[in-house]
Amino acid sequence: MKTVRIGAGPGFYGDSWAPVRATIERGEVRYVCSDHLSELTLAILAKDRAKDPQAGYTRDLVPMLAELLPLALPRGVRFVLNAGGLNPLAARDALLAALARVGARARVVAVTGDALLDRLAELEAAGLAPTPFEPGGAPLSQVRERLIFANAYLGARPIADALALGADIVITGRVADAALFLGPLVHELGWAWDDWDRLAQGAVVGHLLECSAQAAGGNFAGDWQAVPDLAHGGFPIAEVGEDGAAIVTKAPGTGGRVSFETLREQLLYEVHDPHAYHTPDVTVDLGGVTLDDLGGDRVRVTGARGAPPPERLKVVAGYPDGWVGTALMGYAWPDAEAKARAAAAMLRTRATDARLAIDEWHEEYLGLDSLHGPLAPRPAAEPNEVYLRVAARSAERRAAEAFTRLVPPLALAGPPGAGGYGGLMPARELLGFWTGLVSRAAVAPRIEAAEVTA
Amino acid sequence: MKIRLVELATARSGDKGEKIDLGVFASSELTFAWIVQEVTTERVQTHFQPLGVTRVERWELPKLRALKLVLHGALPGGAARTLRGDNLGKTLGSALLRMEIDAPPGWEERLD
Repeated sequence: MKTVRIGAGPGFYGDSWAPVRATIERGEVRYVCSDHLSELTLAILAKDRAKDPQAGYTRDLVPMLAELLPLALPRGVRFVLNAGGLNPLAARDALLAALARVGARARVVAVTGDALLDRLAELEAAGLAPTPFEPGGAPLSQVRERLIFANAYLGARPIADALALGADIVITGRVADAALFLGPLVHELGWAWDDWDRLAQGAVVGHLLECSAQAAGGNFAGDWQAVPDLAHGGFPIAEVGEDGAAIVTKAPGTGGRVSFETLREQLLYEVHDPHAYHTPDVTVDLGGVTLDDLGGDRVRVTGARGAPPPERLKVVAGYPDGWVGTALMGYAWPDAEAKARAAAAMLRTRATDARLAIDEWHEEYLGLDSLHGPLAPRPAAEPNEVYLRVAARSAERRAAEAFTRLVPPLALAGPPGAGGYGGLMPARELLGFWTGLVSRAAVAPRIEAAEVTA
Repeated sequence: MKIRLVELATARSGDKGEKIDLGVFASSELTFAWIVQEVTTERVQTHFQPLGVTRVERWELPKLRALKLVLHGALPGGAARTLRGDNLGKTLGSALLRMEIDAPPGWEERLD
């Protein structure tokens, strides 16, 4: 029976690609697929593109492939990445230029068609405007004028088509994370687009691999202290058969762990209804999935059941939604908490005195409650130190910046023994998201090939 | 006798819009059966009330010895809009493990 081995690349924009070296050199993979996009990343890319029309893709693309392609191309390893972000064509061209400089040969195919922002008027005129994701949600018109991006989640088909064109590297924009992996599986294993159970297995493989190290011992809530050598942790690899059955593993000699326990955490991660995990290609029921731990960092994955996907595609759109200024200051024993609370009160008074237009005020005390918030119980003993963190939101950038400048004077004018002030933090723009659904008729994925042959 | 859920389970959490999504995992069939009985939507909602949770959805996955929980309204504004330090809700899995539940039969003897 034919099988194909497929490896995970980085799991988000900012993740490491160092573990991919072992995947390529020792993992016997044919594909490396990586997820560079979150909703937040799209917003960052929208700002990049506003400054430079040739930007808008994730900037890890070129350095990552510059390092990995010399290992990958001689072995015939192909890449599928959504690093194209809001500008897959510019990403493709930047990569081609970088390849040309080093004399590498590769065919790069961009997948486009997910971007809807410039087409909203056209879609509205055709009666195909996106509608709210949740019944009763705010209509698009409420945020329409403020949007900086709006993208549909594409599925695996254009990726499989790009690979059929002979792509060494497929660069997409917003596609469903699992589709990055399902595309190559369908291309290699010849599954039909209505072979729901096999597509479901492929989507499960994609879901298990899309968060990189999280399937191989990273962020593991079990006996994490016993996971070996996380500093050299491997990224997951799946060996998938024509029948859809998969074995998840990692490259020999890497740290981390692939086991029943580590995989079940990732299998359920952020899926919501586990009996209806929606992707653009298939709706998956995870209820029957069996994770058979074979030992030696190998787990056999079977039993996903598939059903036709939703008729409409998910849309994610984002808009600027104010600014936040952040204060961070530490206070030492004795009375560390009382000092931090007094500093917060002082900041609040001075912000009021300065008439800063602050719309929301959020206080946290690091060491007491900054992560669990109101669910954190009082500490049993007096803490050695407490850090104050205040986040102040304003519609005005100037007010958020002015708030951060209230912090340094605390050192001389506030409660005694302040330390750990790390310098003025720049005000940060906040983003609101709108999610919706759009008819497939409104979205036409395209593949656009180019290559360097020199 | 009351114990904290952390004695019987592990949990991983993440975000999706204004919702927080948790997996809760048991080490054996026996503890899973106990967790299914003790970790009800009502108790989870009460536990997370201070965070403004408006509704809890829950699914049982016996083959994984796991519960899936979705907390609606747990992350107002979503990850890019919230002012919380844990803007992605990654620590709320462990916050669930603080929940007090009845100890399973034989728990006190086990401690002897």
